[in-house]
Amino acid sequence: MNDTYATHRLPAYLGALLALLLGAIPLPHVLGLLRPDLLLLVVIWFALMSPRSTGLGYAFFWGLMLDAFSGMLLGQHALGFVLIGFLVHHFHLRMRMFPLLQQTVVVLILLWLYQFLMFWIDGVSGHPVNDWSRLIAGLGGALCWPLISGVFARFVQRH
Amino acid sequence: MVALRERGARFAPRRVSSLAWRAIVLIGISLAIMVLDARRDGVGWLRGGLAHVVAPLHRIVEAPFAIHDAVSSSLTTRDSLRAEVAGLKTQVQQDAVALARLRALELENERLQHLLDVTPREALRTLTARVLNVDLDSIRQRVLVDRGSADGLLSAQPVLDAHGVVGQTTRINATTAEIILLSDSNHAIPVQIERNGLRTIAVGTGDPSRLALPYLPRNTDVQVGDKLVTSGLGGVYPADLPVATITDVRRDPSQPLVQVRAAPVASLDRDREVMIVWYRAAPASPAPTPEPSRQTAKGKSP
Repeated sequence: MNDTYATHRLPAYLGALLALLLGAIPLPHVLGLLRPDLLLLVVIWFALMSPRSTGLGYAFFWGLMLDAFSGMLLGQHALGFVLIGFLVHHFHLRMRMFPLLQQTVVVLILLWLYQFLMFWIDGVSGHPVNDWSRLIAGLGGALCWPLISGVFARFVQRH
Repeated sequence: MVALRERGARFAPRRVSSLAWRAIVLIGISLAIMVLDARRDGVGWLRGGLAHVVAPLHRIVEAPFAIHDAVSSSLTTRDSLRAEVAGLKTQVQQDAVALARLRALELENERLQHLLDVTPREALRTLTARVLNVDLDSIRQRVLVDRGSADGLLSAQPVLDAHGVVGQTTRINATTAEIILLSDSNHAIPVQIERNGLRTIAVGTGDPSRLALPYLPRNTDVQVGDKLVTSGLGGVYPADLPVATITDVRRDPSQPLVQVRAAPVASLDRDREVMIVWYRAAPASPAPTPEPSRQTAKGKSP
């Protein structure tokens, strides 16, 4: 059992690392607005497919890494990731049954919830960013979901 | 929801509750970290530790761009290099003449100031830093440079490019530093209009090509094309550095304030190299100090 967990965790952490690095590559302005929260999508996928080995602790860890990486308030993304991870974990049996389109819509709602939470924390911590572009980023993320879930379903063994 | 809870109760009541508990604990930890981090250096140890992990990751993102630069510079032809050298040589000659004139003026200025018994100007010491190709956050106007506390950087130091003010340093890691640009919506810089010396504050808009001057009354003498320079107030930026040019003045009779927009003179979103500045009001000798001390760049951070 420990072996399977270990073999499963490696791709999970590598995938998240890759998503973190890809998320920081500079893009032209318009594409930059559409930039999906790749790391969050990866965390959602693993919380959906193997919530026990890569669940809340995994989400918390990568949220904290993203905070440190992007120089934001520490704990901000960690909080968002844990909340989204919890929701996905809680509903994972139901969400797995959804057809892809419906799953994408749920992911879109989760991304918007996350963006709203970030917006709110930014406001409370004194860095308000009043910009609708956050919602567009959620849209970009939802568009990426079928791709990401397809790629991971191919390369990662489920548990 | 009800169905789900029933299912949870039937199959694994303890797992669901432990999941909720874990979520609550982790959210509590996140909140605690946030509160401590919002106060200055509440979790400095954690941030310092994570910075060591994150710095190599920044380098990895930067690596392809660095390799591209190295390859393209090693592949330039001899002719183009020659042409470049010739161009630079003429440029150096022109600059040398201009510099000689400037030096004469500086000496004259010093003599006059001595006559008037005015405190001399601040001495500037600069350090060139390269901007890393790392997109920290697409909404915020911040960049990362490849110099850090190992190079003696401090928080709230002015950052310039060849044309004018770029911003100031905020968070200093061991080998990298974060720079908040003029255009960040959390950044404000004390400026004055070069033409008439009127002092005000220019704030960022989130758009790298635009600043706003929100605190000018309607009858202010401000025109399109006016140059803005730093006023030297606030303690972060030395005086008389070019900041922006006014591009748009809108006077609405029903509003008490005039709406003014300005374009930064520094190319905020295209800079590859910036200069980080140490300065202080030099009391006796205006010679630049080799080692920056704690007092040199004291100021308020944003």
